[in-house]
Amino acid sequence: MTMIKLRSLLALGTSAFVLAACQGQDAGDTTDTIEDDTEDTATDNGEDTAADNGEDNGDETEEIDFRIAMITDEGGVDDRSFNQSAWEGMNEWADNIGASEDNYAYYQSNDSADFIPNLNQANAEGYDIIYGIGFMLLDAVNDVAEQNPEQNFGIVDAISENDNVVSLTFRDHEAAFLAGVAAAETTETGRVGFIGGIAGEVIDRFQTGFEAGVAHVDESIEVDVQYAESFSDAGIGQQIAAGMFANGADVVYHAAGAVGNGVFTEARNRLESDSDTQIWVIGVDRDQEEEGNWDGGNFTLTSTLKGVGSSIEASANQTIEEGFPGGETIAYGLEEEGVDVTRGNMSDEAWDAVEEARQLILDGDLEVPEFTYSQE
Amino acid sequence: MLTQSSNRLNNLLVPILSIILGFIFGALLMLVFGYNPILAYQAMLTGVFTSPYFFGEALRQATVLTFTGLGFAIAFKAGFFNIGIAGQVLVGWVSAIWVALAFPDLPRIVLVSLSLLAGVVAGSIWAGIAGALRAYFGTNEVIVTIMLNYTALHVTNYLIRNVLGTGNTTERVGENASLRLDWLTSLTAGSRLNLGFFIAIIVVVLYWIFMTQTTAGFEVRAVGLNPYASSYAGMSAAKNIILSMVISGALAGLGGAIHGLGTFGNIFTQSGLPHVGFNGIAVALLGLGNPIGIFFSSILFGVLDVGAGFLPNRAGVPDEMASIVIAAIIFFVGANYLIRFFLDKVQTNKQATEGGE
Repeated sequence: MTMIKLRSLLALGTSAFVLAACQGQDAGDTTDTIEDDTEDTATDNGEDTAADNGEDNGDETEEIDFRIAMITDEGGVDDRSFNQSAWEGMNEWADNIGASEDNYAYYQSNDSADFIPNLNQANAEGYDIIYGIGFMLLDAVNDVAEQNPEQNFGIVDAISENDNVVSLTFRDHEAAFLAGVAAAETTETGRVGFIGGIAGEVIDRFQTGFEAGVAHVDESIEVDVQYAESFSDAGIGQQIAAGMFANGADVVYHAAGAVGNGVFTEARNRLESDSDTQIWVIGVDRDQEEEGNWDGGNFTLTSTLKGVGSSIEASANQTIEEGFPGGETIAYGLEEEGVDVTRGNMSDEAWDAVEEARQLILDGDLEVPEFTYSQE
Repeated sequence: MLTQSSNRLNNLLVPILSIILGFIFGALLMLVFGYNPILAYQAMLTGVFTSPYFFGEALRQATVLTFTGLGFAIAFKAGFFNIGIAGQVLVGWVSAIWVALAFPDLPRIVLVSLSLLAGVVAGSIWAGIAGALRAYFGTNEVIVTIMLNYTALHVTNYLIRNVLGTGNTTERVGENASLRLDWLTSLTAGSRLNLGFFIAIIVVVLYWIFMTQTTAGFEVRAVGLNPYASSYAGMSAAKNIILSMVISGALAGLGGAIHGLGTFGNIFTQSGLPHVGFNGIAVALLGLGNPIGIFFSSILFGVLDVGAGFLPNRAGVPDEMASIVIAAIIFFVGANYLIRFFLDKVQTNKQATEGGE
């Protein structure tokens, strides 16, 4: 009897570990269908125009009467990556147009079963636009949008066919291409690595762009590609990175959300035990320069940026000024400043090459391939 | 007899005290961080109980937790820690969807039964592996089921990508595989509460009958209490180990099938193991392995889960507070094990010294 109870205690402890380990952080992110005939109507409204949609309530004329909400995917709003950038974008939007705290809110999904209740809850609160952050919410957004044709929705990283949904997608392959150029210009071993999160269209875009960017500089450079099949497990990231560095790769790019934390850890450990080797990590989605600090400097070569927040800001402003772009797909690329790379710690030579490649893409002289495996 | 009745009282007191202490702990923590706990609990409870939709969603969540809780409990009664519930949920889910997508034209009653059966079979095989390894090779079931969780996760993701669908999601199952009951849906203002809820109630009753009224159930309990005495009494330890794990997995698989068909209607690549699996463990611990207790703890967890969504926007409290309350409740249940362990020890010591006179 007591033996069993002791065992159950022990097991309770074990389960607590597992529970803790299972708290999924879903950063990075992946998507579903993407079409090429997207209408590039991205508008970057920097102007601080207040709402003049006629529905001012009498009491306070200056009050902004436009409210937006977002539903996170399984990663929390503080995931340091995908969801967080969306939330920061909403905060910025509110600051820019002078909206109060009541004008924007987030609903956190701890599980995919929470998506629909969260959408319904936001719907009941009467927000003007409700954004689903990440391709995982596509089905849920479609369901709720069909049931509530009068309500406006947005979906990030996926395309919805509904008339009351605006789809915000990103040409991540363009930024990844530039990261590939930077990696190829920087590597001394002739070998670089790519660590993906969960295989799917979005991460395929990152991989394809990166490989094309490397090949653009030097076809003979080898790219190790591995997928973590997770966006949250830093341990796997560290393991894969260890393998890549041991194999002679000296620049590793991760498009895997929180898995990337393990990549940074591994690089730091290696540099601290042997500071003569030079290795680099390329960050993703937001500027990850901070993560690359170590005693001997900084090993974040650059980071690819993804403007989830600014896309939300832009679409909200567009709705205020011109009406809701329902049914449209707005694709953000280099041209719309929706994706980019940071200068980071690139050498002048590498940065020049990146600038040159950026110009080629912007001028339309260089078409970056988008998919390798997900579009058969 | 006396100890038994005091045990029974304890059995009721432990979870109720744990719940109260959990809520108090949560309230204290909110006060420390400058939130208003009364407002928070009010937002949570009124949010769920004044809206048929959210109450329906809470019961839907409770449905799945009942299955995972019962699944965990039966293995636990037999002395095993089946931490693989989450993986068994997942294989049950994917198999049910697979069957539902493969035979979309079968009549509804046949297709629903067949899909649920697929979930049951898949879950029981998955847990049976751990049971068989334990029975014949003495392998630690905790380690095996943890590893099988990840195997389930990656196999499922592979199947979704390459066999069942393209990309990261499958088609939705047809009307004939749906667990939706129109009257229930309209009663709860469009929530996803479904037939599974009634199946859960039936299973709770069956579980109780099995454990208390059948020889097989008695053997499972006996093996859990003392495997050596049981085998001395002529019960096959191996048989009972495997049986309890198989039933455990079957329940989890059924829960997964109902979760898949009822809540989602499809399956999509998972970035982690389903939370309902691990929460089922918590539910079983809070319910102290009693099927009725598990049923009510699932409802509590369902309410907390769905109510958590109201915290940030109605009370300005981060919704993680609900997870903290849940964690605190489980902690107090666990701490009670500790307290009881010491109480038991003191009592047996006393008895031993008295007996030695």
